[in-house]
Amino acid sequence: MRDLSYFRASSVDAARQAAALPGAMLLAGGTTLIDLAKCGVAEPETLVDIAHLKGLDSIEVDERGATIGALARMSHVADHADIKSRFPAVSEALWQAASAQIRNMATIGGNLMQRTRCPYFRDPANFPACNKREPGSGCSAIGGVTRGHAVLGTSEACIAMYPGDLAVALVAFDAIVHLGERQIPVDDFFLLPGTTPDREHAIEPGEMITAIEIPGSAAARRSTYLKIRDRQSYEFAAASAAVGIEFEPDGRTIRDLCVALGGVATKPWRARTVEDALKGKALEPETVRSASLLAVEGAVDHGANHYKIELAPRVVARAILKLGETA
Amino acid sequence: MTVHIASTVHVGRHGDASDGAFAEAVGGRLSRVDGPAKITGAAKYAVEQQLEGLAYAVLVESTIASGKVRAIDTKAAEAAPGVLQVLTPDTIISLRTAADWFGTPPPDKPYCPLARDITFSGQHVAAVVAETFEQAVAAAALVKVSYDETPAIVDLSDVKAGDGIPIDAMTKEWGDAQGAFASAPVRICAAYNTPREYQAPIEPHGLIARWEGDKLTVWEPSQWLDGMARTYAEWFGVPFENVRLVSPYIGGGFGSKALALSHGAVAACAARMLGRPVRLVMTRPQTFTGYGGRAATRQTVTIGADAQGKIQSIVHRGINETSMDGMWVEPLGSVISIMYATPNFSSRQNVVRVNSVVPGAMRAPGENPSAFGIESAIDELAYEVGIDPLEIRLRNYAEQDPHAKKAWSTRQLREAFAAGAERFGWARRSPEPRSIRDGNQLIGWGVAAGTYPVRRAYGEAIVRILADGSVEVESSSIDMGQGTYTILAQTAAETVGVRADDVVVKLGDSRFPRAGVTGGSRLAGVMTGAVYKAATSALDQLIGLAISDPRSPFYALQANTLVVANGRIASPRGDGPDVSIAELLKSVGRDHIEATGDTMPANSTPEDRYKNYTTIAMSVPHTEGDYSRHSWCAHFIEVRVDEDFGTVRVSRVVSALDSGRLYNPKLAESQWKGGIIMGIGQALLEEGIVDRRHGRVVNNNLADYLVPTNADIPDIEVISVGIPDPHSSVLGGKGVGELAIVGVAPAIANAVFHATGKRIRDLPITLEKLI
Ligand SMILES: Cc1cc2nc3c(=O)[nH]c(=O)nc-3n(C[C@H](O)[C@H](O)[C@H](O)COP(=O)(O)OP(=O)(O)OC[C@H]3O[C@@H](n4cnc5c(N)ncnc54)[C@H](O)[C@@H]3O)c2cc1C
Ligand code: SF4
Repeated sequence: MRDLSYFRASSVDAARQAAALPGAMLLAGGTTLIDLAKCGVAEPETLVDIAHLKGLDSIEVDERGATIGALARMSHVADHADIKSRFPAVSEALWQAASAQIRNMATIGGNLMQRTRCPYFRDPANFPACNKREPGSGCSAIGGVTRGHAVLGTSEACIAMYPGDLAVALVAFDAIVHLGERQIPVDDFFLLPGTTPDREHAIEPGEMITAIEIPGSAAARRSTYLKIRDRQSYEFAAASAAVGIEFEPDGRTIRDLCVALGGVATKPWRARTVEDALKGKALEPETVRSASLLAVEGAVDHGANHYKIELAPRVVARAILKLGETA
Repeated sequence: MTVHIASTVHVGRHGDASDGAFAEAVGGRLSRVDGPAKITGAAKYAVEQQLEGLAYAVLVESTIASGKVRAIDTKAAEAAPGVLQVLTPDTIISLRTAADWFGTPPPDKPYCPLARDITFSGQHVAAVVAETFEQAVAAAALVKVSYDETPAIVDLSDVKAGDGIPIDAMTKEWGDAQGAFASAPVRICAAYNTPREYQAPIEPHGLIARWEGDKLTVWEPSQWLDGMARTYAEWFGVPFENVRLVSPYIGGGFGSKALALSHGAVAACAARMLGRPVRLVMTRPQTFTGYGGRAATRQTVTIGADAQGKIQSIVHRGINETSMDGMWVEPLGSVISIMYATPNFSSRQNVVRVNSVVPGAMRAPGENPSAFGIESAIDELAYEVGIDPLEIRLRNYAEQDPHAKKAWSTRQLREAFAAGAERFGWARRSPEPRSIRDGNQLIGWGVAAGTYPVRRAYGEAIVRILADGSVEVESSSIDMGQGTYTILAQTAAETVGVRADDVVVKLGDSRFPRAGVTGGSRLAGVMTGAVYKAATSALDQLIGLAISDPRSPFYALQANTLVVANGRIASPRGDGPDVSIAELLKSVGRDHIEATGDTMPANSTPEDRYKNYTTIAMSVPHTEGDYSRHSWCAHFIEVRVDEDFGTVRVSRVVSALDSGRLYNPKLAESQWKGGIIMGIGQALLEEGIVDRRHGRVVNNNLADYLVPTNADIPDIEVISVGIPDPHSSVLGGKGVGELAIVGVAPAIANAVFHATGKRIRDLPITLEKLI
């Protein structure tokens, strides 16, 4: 039997020290980690449990922004009154993620660190080739079942889609990941697969997410998260968009726009070209639709996931137009 | 259009057994008697038995779809902590081949549940048994299997698959279908496909096997205790009586738990070899390959009609996949051959071998995909001739069984169309596709019919009236959530004259009086009949004693009968004593009364009896005698399709169903709704996705194989339009469990066409097919 040791960290520092040891992994809600251990993907030698650590589950919101402790539960953040009013896209992204049971267990830190749902990644016994799991072993997905794989940010080594919802909203609103003292923009926290798909996050051994900071803005205040999928609930996105908008006083001209895509890329995908194309323009359906097509510039499909290239711009356009309606 | 506006449908009590005025009687809305045990966790499922010395087995599966096992290296696994045994084709004990479910004598050759010749990915090749489950899991990962791989035929679209094997028994032909088609003024022809689908019961398959000498006890979720006990007995060459199957609760089956399967053989072998009880439970991914789901199917439906939409000819060709060495026929001609009147008809079916586990029964096997073909095609015909899809169904209404050429026993399908249309508001439908919208949502209305034959078999039950006046019912039939415990309690309560609370129903033990397979929606009809007969004869004994025993308080009355109600006995005129059953039994010095009842033909031999219950060879054809017996339904469904995203959401369902008399309308409605929900999943979500290079289903878990969530299901209105059908069962019921799924997928596909103008002929209707 695979023995593993369990260590209940008494403080953030103790957790970081323990997690720096080879084979150690932080355990928060466990909804990703235990699942992957059962699949034979994660093989932790030591579980460093941080779920109970005090002071890391706070949610603080004021004009400047929100600071969310890494151990805050998805359900608590989703339901937080100030998050709902100042960052609707964040709350909506969380509400539409996973299931009620998982949201009650899962933490914000763990959520950022969730891993791809690529079926080949999750089945080592049947598919030994996976560059993300075993660098250099190849990619089983390319040429296989690719309906859920990414069309943006892929590489020859890996086309796995980043499946999370929250991070899409965080990327749209320039959130900052706090790793203790070190702070890093969330867009830089997620890495493109390139030739090293095994490296997904700009986090070093012994580092731990302590909080997420989201700067307040008018665009974040008028924001939404639109998630499209075949099943109404409890499914990852076929395509999603986090969008925030600020109008000029005329109520029609776009002063500021934040757009990020989920379900289509290897990392939460900021669509700055769409933002730039629309800033300063009046909100007209045709303008919005044609600008939204820029969201998938450079997209590459692998057969069954081609529909994502069609779908993603429509999701972006609908989300932008929806925010316009509430003007 | 002609629609019978049956405004009485709602107020009337069609099919809800108007005779059952009280919840506790047959026809009453008694809540599930097993509900509290399940909700509180008190119900103990098969593999939850706590047994002394239990060891744990874990399966090792093939990672290739076709080829041979070259070698299995078990050294590391054997050396792993806690490992008791590593079973491979070389080390496992040899079994005998068992007869199939028809009881066909098997070839005289050994059977090995672990494979050397690999015909599908996920086939069991080895198993590890250890002291703990975790040890077995870890050691199983250390078993190294090497293969000589050969090219696989992955599915029906594989170029190597070919046309398959014609199944002549499936051929149904009358008139000159080709000729009539050629001369028909209106002609349509289209191909309809359904993918692999999985039963996905929430309780995975598994068992505990324990040997005591030559006696085997198996705790295993089972839809057929006696059939599975026979298979175990034949495998191990022990008498049938030596095998006891125990299965008091079942966490869903949907057809997948009717047969003893290879994982069961592995566990029973391990238990025998070790001399310890062994538990084996499949992982969720293993449940996608350890046994078969619904076979993928392809159909072409060709209809020739006159300009008024009256069908002149139907030509139907179907294929379904089966495995390389097993034979599964999904009868695709079943609904298309009876739903509509046609003077000329031809249906043929082939079966194609692919490298998959042998497919199996899943809710309404045959009828379900068959209805997807014909109920989509007739919708296409309606648009072709420009008449309402409901009207075309009425114009082609079959007044008798067009295939068997016999009268229907009962067919309330016209009533179903009328009642459903009325509640749904079908008359307000605007005929043009894409003509109803709400913002970005295109709204569509679709209709389709469904049917399922009344399968009849036999059952036995014991009814005991105990000293305390309570009643006990025993039968080896089962309850997998459909309500057997409850309706048998109602039947015994009403027949004997006690409260349902005072009836204890014991099921799920092969030591009890026997029952055939719980499949094909036959159990309720069969078992209420058996319990009714047993209870009637127990009651006769009770009254006989009360009248004739000199110690009875009624002896002096010289009555020729007595009434029993609410557990008390009295004279019909109320002029004599009034005592409880307990008091009477005490006065006559009896501690119980016992009677057996069965539904077998009177002259049945012991061999007949054995065959009745351990095979399906003795099932009575639904067209036996003068009648053709079926349940019927009509589904009216509204969908909302997002015009940009292609997402389909079902927003309204009204279904009217004819299951004959309902023994318990509350439970029947739940079953119908469950079938409709499963149909929504089939229409929109469910599909085993095969990696074509590996011949392996990759979405083999419940996060990736999608079934509907609550958020996908609108309020569903079900209306019973049945009337008691005396030709179908002792108490007048027809089938309930499978009926309601039949026709849901085509009703949704038809609604999607009405919403969008796009005809989707490949299930499931996922968003990329509509954007
Ligand atoms: C069936 C299913 C469906 C799902 N659907 C969705 C969905 O639709 N949308 C969505 O967004 N998500 C979805 N999820 C993912 C879910 O949101 C994540 O599993 C969850 O957020 C992980 O949080 P956790 O606290 O349980 O993490 P854990 O499982 O405890 O940890 C996950 C990973 O993060 C690391 N980690 C945890 N905390 C920290 C920290 N503070 N610092 C650094 N590393 C840390 C762990 O070491 C581990 O590697 C789904 C999950 C499942 C199982
Ligand atoms: S796409 Fe990435 S995660 Fe999936 S198999 Fe290829 S390398 Fe592995």
